[in-house]
Amino acid sequence: AGGQTKTGGVIFVQDNRISIWSVGDLGNVGLNGEYQGEPQLLCDIRHNGDVMDMQFLDQERIVVASSTGTVTVFHHHQNNQTLSANQRWEKAHSHVDQDTSCGGAACTGVICNNPEIVTVGEDGRINLFRADQKDAVRTIDNADSSTLHAVTFLRTTEILTVNSIGQLKIWDLRQQRNEPSQIFSLTGDRVPLHCVDRHPNQQHVVATGGQDGMLSVWDIRQGTMPVSLLNAHEAEMWEVHFHPSNPDHLFTCSEDGSLWHWDTSTDVAEKPSFLHQGGRSTTYFSHNTINQSVVSAWLSNDPTKDRMEITNLIPNQTLSVNSLDILGPCLVYGTDAEAIYVNRQLFA
Amino acid sequence: LQQPGGSSICKCLKRPSPSRVFVVRKDQDIYIQTLRKLFNESHGIFIGLQRSEEELAGKSRKAQLVQVSKNYRSVIRACMEDMHQAASKFVSILSAMELIWNLCEILFVEAAAAGPLLLRLLDWVRLHVCDVDNMVREVLSSENPSKHELFWNLGNTQTLTEMELKWQHWHEECQRYLQDGTFASNSHMESICKILLGDEDAILEKKELLATWYQFLVTRLLYSHPTVKPMELRFYAQSSMDLFLGGESSPEPLDTILMAAFEFEMHQVIKECSIALSNWWFVAHLTDLLDHCKLLQSHNLYFGSNMREFLLLEYASGLFSHHSLWQLGVDYFDHCPEYGRVYLELHIERIPLNTEQKALKVLRICEQRQMHEQVRSICKIMAMKALRNNRLGSALSWSIRAKDAAFATLISDRFLKDYCERGCFSDLDLIDNLGPSMLLSDRLTFLGKYREFHRLYGEKRFSEAAKLLLMLMTAHIAPCSFWMTLLTDALPLLEQKEVIFSAEQTYELMRCLEDLTAGKSDKQKFQDDDVETMKVEMLRLALARNLARVIVKEGTLEGS
Repeated sequence: AGGQTKTGGVIFVQDNRISIWSVGDLGNVGLNGEYQGEPQLLCDIRHNGDVMDMQFLDQERIVVASSTGTVTVFHHHQNNQTLSANQRWEKAHSHVDQDTSCGGAACTGVICNNPEIVTVGEDGRINLFRADQKDAVRTIDNADSSTLHAVTFLRTTEILTVNSIGQLKIWDLRQQRNEPSQIFSLTGDRVPLHCVDRHPNQQHVVATGGQDGMLSVWDIRQGTMPVSLLNAHEAEMWEVHFHPSNPDHLFTCSEDGSLWHWDTSTDVAEKPSFLHQGGRSTTYFSHNTINQSVVSAWLSNDPTKDRMEITNLIPNQTLSVNSLDILGPCLVYGTDAEAIYVNRQLFA
Repeated sequence: LQQPGGSSICKCLKRPSPSRVFVVRKDQDIYIQTLRKLFNESHGIFIGLQRSEEELAGKSRKAQLVQVSKNYRSVIRACMEDMHQAASKFVSILSAMELIWNLCEILFVEAAAAGPLLLRLLDWVRLHVCDVDNMVREVLSSENPSKHELFWNLGNTQTLTEMELKWQHWHEECQRYLQDGTFASNSHMESICKILLGDEDAILEKKELLATWYQFLVTRLLYSHPTVKPMELRFYAQSSMDLFLGGESSPEPLDTILMAAFEFEMHQVIKECSIALSNWWFVAHLTDLLDHCKLLQSHNLYFGSNMREFLLLEYASGLFSHHSLWQLGVDYFDHCPEYGRVYLELHIERIPLNTEQKALKVLRICEQRQMHEQVRSICKIMAMKALRNNRLGSALSWSIRAKDAAFATLISDRFLKDYCERGCFSDLDLIDNLGPSMLLSDRLTFLGKYREFHRLYGEKRFSEAAKLLLMLMTAHIAPCSFWMTLLTDALPLLEQKEVIFSAEQTYELMRCLEDLTAGKSDKQKFQDDDVETMKVEMLRLALARNLARVIVKEGTLEGS
């Protein structure tokens, strides 16, 4: 396993694990929505290398990206509460002409759309797997000359990737050519982008987070540059997520130890009746008369005008918040202080 | 952090000794996991303490410090609970730690005064004595509550003197009962009465029910001198230990530590703990807390740093040997004003950078502390790795982060070399999108511009392409070694049906060619192979032809 060190004659074996926890029922919540009871460890299993990313493929299977370049599908057996490794793609990511001193290439991101799994890595490669197939369905070698940091689905056949030279790329997996169908770049310095997420309902709205902690919102229908740049964190933004059912809310977490809740849900006083619900309108109104469903609040150029509320959800920040996830009223995040936090009343 | 298998918790050996290799075994998994929890949670408390309000004075500051102490102890207790599945020896080590810490909290942090002091000591003993079934406990619980209401009720506005008086009365009453022979018929009751009067012999008779000498001490004090002053403790402690051990057994390390605490010898406590526990965690955090209580005079060690800093440095250094706990170590170094910085600089460069994300974390730490040299060094390592793996985009990304112009030049040369060898550019997605980073190095600028030339040519924007090509040479953006390639690139433009280069531009090109050939020594010219010579001749011809055409063209235009 990577990470073996020697100190005064003792060999450390890295002990990384995938663990499944139960946070019990809704009854046990405190004043701030913090879960009061202790999370119960249901089962765990050893994992080789650092866990760089993971996602549920379905109710029982989890796909995990490793720093060793391996991608593993774990199966959670709920009847006897065990985990087993179902499928493994060794060296899904690796450097060609590998100089042994340089080590392997980490798999940095994984996204699932059952049964398809897409992974990206430090080798600039994109892999398309199917959970039940041993060999990769498709591999794009050297898709990018820099490191790919994250991937997400744009549509069922298209993916979005971000890389370490500040580019957002769309790839059409139906096409056989190994070129992106579109490339977007940051204005100014090519600051590496670390995370990407797509608006759940408005597929043209994409958010990315960069090394400088900046949140960029893109309209991929138009232009090649972001629509808005929002100065946020003081260090790398590791993850960005639109709330899946409440997408006026966005969450970002950072190396600076903060987790921000971005809230663009505003009470619109006037609702012009002649505006279509969710339709495409070519006339532009001033911001405060626009119905949310017509033009996304995320694409506005001046968040201050539209009363975007931004809250840091962590009172005493210390170490990096590496990862977060949200579902319904529930927020989960993990820090470098080896702690996991659960907030079950996010909108209370 | 190793587990030598003995009674010590963790030792950070300075010299690697190959003969003693300990593999952390599976049955110690819980132990290691719990220690990690201890380190992580205490890190949070430590940081909170360093950041806490120093302006608070007197009672509020003290209350704050006592709370911090309690927080540390609650973490230890939480770890003890976690470890209950593991071997009892680990639990007992943590238990000892909490015992010592708790006593230090009472005596030093809270600095309990006479009156409350005994109460705290009673709680302390109660909390830590595992043997519940003993007569003293029974006695304590069977005491007539009303008689002791006054004693316990210190929350009310009783002064110490008032309380002492009341206790005196009660004590005398007990004495009367004994002397009157009220309990003469019942030896047990008589025994109890003697105990209540603080009769040492009577208490010692029930020695087997007392687990430790400090339990004996507190019991004694309860019945003989409940308003004991802090400074008087040492005498009672020493005699208690002597009486209890009775010369049969010698004091154990724990006893020595506790004794030092009762004697208010803080430095001694720390020293003994360092030896007995071989555990930097404990002494580092406790000493830091005591230092915040302004209790430690600067204890100059041979390299001039004070004890608090020394211990924190040792503890933090140990953390750096762990693949993820090193991050905690950084914060500890931050709070060591004299040597923290230099220790950090040394340790941070040795962290294995097995993923880019880890490298980014290390870089962020360095940047936040203006450790520019380390930033450059790490970026260079990562860039070299990327270059060796043919990840030119990644390599460039690291150079940009470090603002390393020299490395950017190296990468550009690599691209140009590839181009010359293969006749086409690799990684166009990178070169076409350099943006302002192009300006990082001249070579990089050239690369970007050169690629732009090819693009313009591809789009048939010939005059713009021509202008750019010329500029690359005249503005000396292109390295001399590349001029021949550029001039060769000019050939198709010179041989277009339409005249592209103006007269002036043609003269410039000619000058460039002559500069290039003139620069070569005679020897070089002799070594030039036929291809080289032919190239030059072709260029001269093409340039001459173009000049002829353009003179005519420009002459004609001017004419019309």
